[in-house]
Amino acid sequence: MAMAALRREGRRFAPMISSRPITALRSSPLAPSLEDECPLGVRYISTQVVRNRMKSVKNIQKITKAMKMVAASKLRAIQTKAENSRGLWQPFTALLGDLPSANVKKNVVVTISSDKGLCGGINSTSVKISKGLHKLNSGPEKETKYVILGEKAKAQLVRDSKKDIELIITELQKNPLNYTQVSVLADEILKNVEYDALRIVFNKFHSVVSFVPTVSTVLSPEIVEREAESGGKLGDLDSYEVEGGETKGEILQNLAEFQFSCVMFNAVLENACSEQGARMSAMDSSSRNAGDMLDRLTLTYNRTRQASITTELIEIISGASALEG
Amino acid sequence: MLRRASMLLACRPILAARARPFSTDLPAAPSADATFTEAWTKVIPNMDPPKTPLSFMQPRPPTPSSIPSKLTVNFVLPYASELATKEVDMVIVPATTGQMGVLPGHVATIAELKPGVLSVHEGSEMTKYFISSGFVFIHANSFADIIAVEAVPLDRLDVNLVQKGLAEFTSKLSSATTDLEKAEAQIGIDVHSALNSALTG
Repeated sequence: MAMAALRREGRRFAPMISSRPITALRSSPLAPSLEDECPLGVRYISTQVVRNRMKSVKNIQKITKAMKMVAASKLRAIQTKAENSRGLWQPFTALLGDLPSANVKKNVVVTISSDKGLCGGINSTSVKISKGLHKLNSGPEKETKYVILGEKAKAQLVRDSKKDIELIITELQKNPLNYTQVSVLADEILKNVEYDALRIVFNKFHSVVSFVPTVSTVLSPEIVEREAESGGKLGDLDSYEVEGGETKGEILQNLAEFQFSCVMFNAVLENACSEQGARMSAMDSSSRNAGDMLDRLTLTYNRTRQASITTELIEIISGASALEG
Repeated sequence: MLRRASMLLACRPILAARARPFSTDLPAAPSADATFTEAWTKVIPNMDPPKTPLSFMQPRPPTPSSIPSKLTVNFVLPYASELATKEVDMVIVPATTGQMGVLPGHVATIAELKPGVLSVHEGSEMTKYFISSGFVFIHANSFADIIAVEAVPLDRLDVNLVQKGLAEFTSKLSSATTDLEKAEAQIGIDVHSALNSALTG
């Protein structure tokens, strides 16, 4: 009867053993020690193994909680800056309108992404949108080039669009973001890349849980002139008198460059905010997952412990009853 | 009954599409570039098209038939919006062609600014800022957008540092060899002499 009870116990353990944490353990190099500890016929895993796993999961939970706090504080710092910079691009859009569907020969897609990972899906979204823009603007005589800011987009785009990449810029956030740094960057891009239209892809910061992929278009002065002449949205640009400078073209050139640096500044700040917000929510769900895993492992641990106690008792009692006769 | 059902179905997507405005941004205008969204959905049907700045901006009022009494000024810097849709009587901006006064009803203009003093006149009070170049757009509907890189109120400027800077850049110009150094020194001189005249004049 004791053997039947033992067999029943063994069968009850079987579904437990097939659950996830324990099979993972089986596949780990701890498997040989499992074999040593379990005599044939009795299948239970050592409590030590479960305890080790619980310790590591608890540590991971602490780390992800700390990362969430760090991201929250960084977000607070950069959010005020991003909100203050929102007024910067509005005058340009009010004057020059927004023409993402302008048909131009040389498109340049500026993809803004983060350097560090563990921030959810925002970098993949930016890369997908950039590739979408590339596809949208492909055709005879049209070409699209990439300028990449940030390691994560570089890793994704280098794989299949290596020949289309013009510039890669990383380590943007080593020093706190400021306008001087971004304007130097914009200058570099404008000097080295020929463009008719610059399309800046970034994640606009709505709120801590929502980031909207956005594309801002900056047109070169020649295209602006062309669109103004053909009427439509920029039709009344000609009605503006242009003061100063030798020619209207010179002023429009300065205007386009200034617009690019202002829009870049806002885009970089918004993307940084989105990165921190996404990291906060990613780390939050990760700590919650770790908590769930810890609960499950605790149950397993208790069950294992109780089962081994029961087994010992059974052995003792059956040994005693065998002696009695 | 079918008509009611179809009305309900039509209402719900519209409610969902009218996105909640940003908590901190200007209220969003629901307009978006239709040609762009169409072209996008044709080529990439699986993904939502990205938003464009037009959907985040409040539309400007059209040109009124009579000249309004006040000028609406937006004065923005990379780090802050100094003045946001403030109604004033007049602003004087330091354009590259000289000090330019802007009154309501000014003709639409795009002007580049040089380092100098910007003064905002509201009733009897006048606020002066020293700005380090930028642009000013004056629209036909009496909206003026002033975009500058740096702006400081005049009382934050130190006379001695200005004089020292001016002397330093003048000496740099005389000892400059390459065109780049000469240009940099010249810019320094321009800014400091403008600062000087702002403080004295």
